[in-house]
Amino acid sequence: MSKYTEDDLREELKTKEYEYGFYTDIASDTIPVGLNEEVVRTISKKKGEPDWMTDWRLEAFKMWQGMTEPDWANVNYTKPDFQAISYYSAPNNKPKYNSLDEVDPELLATFEKLGISLDEQKKLSGVAMDVVVDSVSVATTFKKTLSEKGIIFCSISEAIQEHPELVKKYIGSVVPRTDNFYAALNSAVFSDGSFCYIPKGVRCPMELSTYFRINQAGTGQFERTLVIADQESYVSYLEGCTAPSRDENQLHAAVVELIALDDAEIKYSTVQNWFPGNAAGQGGVFNFVTKRGLCEKRAKISWTQVETGSAVTWKYPSCILKGDYSVGEFYSIAVTNNFQQADTGTKMIHLGKHTKSTIISKGISAGKSQNSYRGLVQISSRADHTRNFSQCDSLLMGNECGAHTFPYIEAKNNSAKIEHEATTSKIGEDQIFYCNQRGIATEKAIALIVNGFSKEVLNKLPMEFAVEAQKLLEISLEGSVG
Amino acid sequence: MLKIKDLHASIDEKDILRGINLEIKAGEVHAIMGPNGSGKSTLASVIAGREDYEVTKGAIELSGQPLEELSAEERAHLGIFLSFQYPVEIPGVSVTNFIKTAINESRKGKGLEDMPANEMLKKIKEKSELLEIDRKFLSRSLNDGFSGGEKKRNEIFQMAMLEPKLAILDETDSGLDIDAMRIVADGVNTLKNADNAIVVITHYQRLLDYIVPDFVHVLYNGRIVKSGGKELALELEAKGYDWIKSDVTV
Repeated sequence: MSKYTEDDLREELKTKEYEYGFYTDIASDTIPVGLNEEVVRTISKKKGEPDWMTDWRLEAFKMWQGMTEPDWANVNYTKPDFQAISYYSAPNNKPKYNSLDEVDPELLATFEKLGISLDEQKKLSGVAMDVVVDSVSVATTFKKTLSEKGIIFCSISEAIQEHPELVKKYIGSVVPRTDNFYAALNSAVFSDGSFCYIPKGVRCPMELSTYFRINQAGTGQFERTLVIADQESYVSYLEGCTAPSRDENQLHAAVVELIALDDAEIKYSTVQNWFPGNAAGQGGVFNFVTKRGLCEKRAKISWTQVETGSAVTWKYPSCILKGDYSVGEFYSIAVTNNFQQADTGTKMIHLGKHTKSTIISKGISAGKSQNSYRGLVQISSRADHTRNFSQCDSLLMGNECGAHTFPYIEAKNNSAKIEHEATTSKIGEDQIFYCNQRGIATEKAIALIVNGFSKEVLNKLPMEFAVEAQKLLEISLEGSVG
Repeated sequence: MLKIKDLHASIDEKDILRGINLEIKAGEVHAIMGPNGSGKSTLASVIAGREDYEVTKGAIELSGQPLEELSAEERAHLGIFLSFQYPVEIPGVSVTNFIKTAINESRKGKGLEDMPANEMLKKIKEKSELLEIDRKFLSRSLNDGFSGGEKKRNEIFQMAMLEPKLAILDETDSGLDIDAMRIVADGVNTLKNADNAIVVITHYQRLLDYIVPDFVHVLYNGRIVKSGGKELALELEAKGYDWIKSDVTV
């Protein structure tokens, strides 16, 4: 009988190649590498943007020039050369498709490989998808059903043209251009992204979904997402992505802004599976994302994320609880393996009275990876009777990985109730043997234990997404027992 | 059914089992008794295939099949069940989900399809009633926050679900009050039949009032130093283990 130890498991995880490592050959319209004012103007011009947008970008670019890349996160990487990146890449043929038959067959084949064929998605899950391939939307479905309810769900480029008043009012209102280095960069050069507006009192009848993909060698991707839920409305938004395997690091610096007006609710779920780099720690996506939501009175924003990919992740989906009685939630599973590094968490900024926040973070580390939770709970002096509950659990596999927790609490109001719980555990040989004894092989046992560990968060995902997320967890941590 | 020949096993170069010989036939109940550190739990772990122990000599066979090349899960698929002295906790995995996985993995190991859901539910209902297990208990996380009695009852519930050929109960009575012990023992007795065998590992005689053994073996210093009928257990209870120890050194 072969002895299967944690060392074997670690070995196996090391050799586990990125499952979705393929590359689609679609002719792209890419501008030369480098970044200057002219490039910003070119991007804006290519997208046919109005002057106010061009100016907004140029101002952001100026701000960015005066900023330095942050280095406080618990990650180590070679800083990207911002002059070696091409800032715009759009598929060449860009008609608006009426049906999937018209979509580039190679693209469809890619989706099929990922098991997310649009056709299937459309039929099975009733999910409307705004597919982002290399920064430009090429297919949007279910638009009609949505428009009957007055819901706007389109690319941000389209929104700039069609709904300038909304974009102008809200873009940069939650994540100002000066917020941080990457947010400023994104504001200057964002290529595309999604826009969503739910009118007053409307409950969005379906989960809105966008699949992001990075598909062009050396192309940074700068998504911009803006979701506005008007008073008493509700929307559940799904964001998921996979990327083809590339040799060089790819930079991704997205900005997501959510605005929940009085009594509105936004549920924002992410499954992220970008190329994490190979077993030697080469390649992989750099994921430096700024995600933040603003809650007005009695509004609620829930962030749920399953992070399994990227070489370096730097991401803190946050809530500004401005309105009284507003609620912020953050549920996260972050898996790191091999040389992956993740520094992720949330910020809950309590400004309003009786505001409430919940943070559940589950970190799973394997290989030589480093997994950090970094969170801030801030209670302002005016925020009476606020409550926060934070729970950070870490699960370790093997002896070479690391789990870190950096919880910051700043309370300026003594009526606040703040609770923080943290645990660190290791998948033990006792647990594995117990499962083995009941006929469950080690590989399956690990999947079972990991799923159990992550359950509180998996349960928060919409059904169709939860299945995919569970599959991803297994792919990320499972190997065939040799 | 189970044949153990001159079994030697060690952990970290330390010899624990030093030549065990034991034969168990279908339909029999054997009790293994002995003082602390005599090797009782090691014997259970070695039969179940725990990798931490190295078998240095001897052989174990189940129904004529040698076990040394088989992993713990393969042995489980053959029908070996070990009720743990200290069952582990698996947070977030419900008792139902765990047993469902165990049954289906065992079926997969035998080349069978998953058990249909309705059949599974029926079986769970039947076995939980047998062991007086509250349905709410089944949706709790495995052993997470369970009392000692609940843990042991859960072990016997799993045994009932998996229907093993050979069940080894390692100190199942430890941490049980008299009522819990009776429920567990009743469960084991109902599961006992002519085709399976049960090995009860215990310190004390009291469990053997409920699960009556056909044979009693005394393990001391990694060897079976005395075997007899159920009256041997009573004798041990009365005289203690020192009597055995002095007997051995003579």
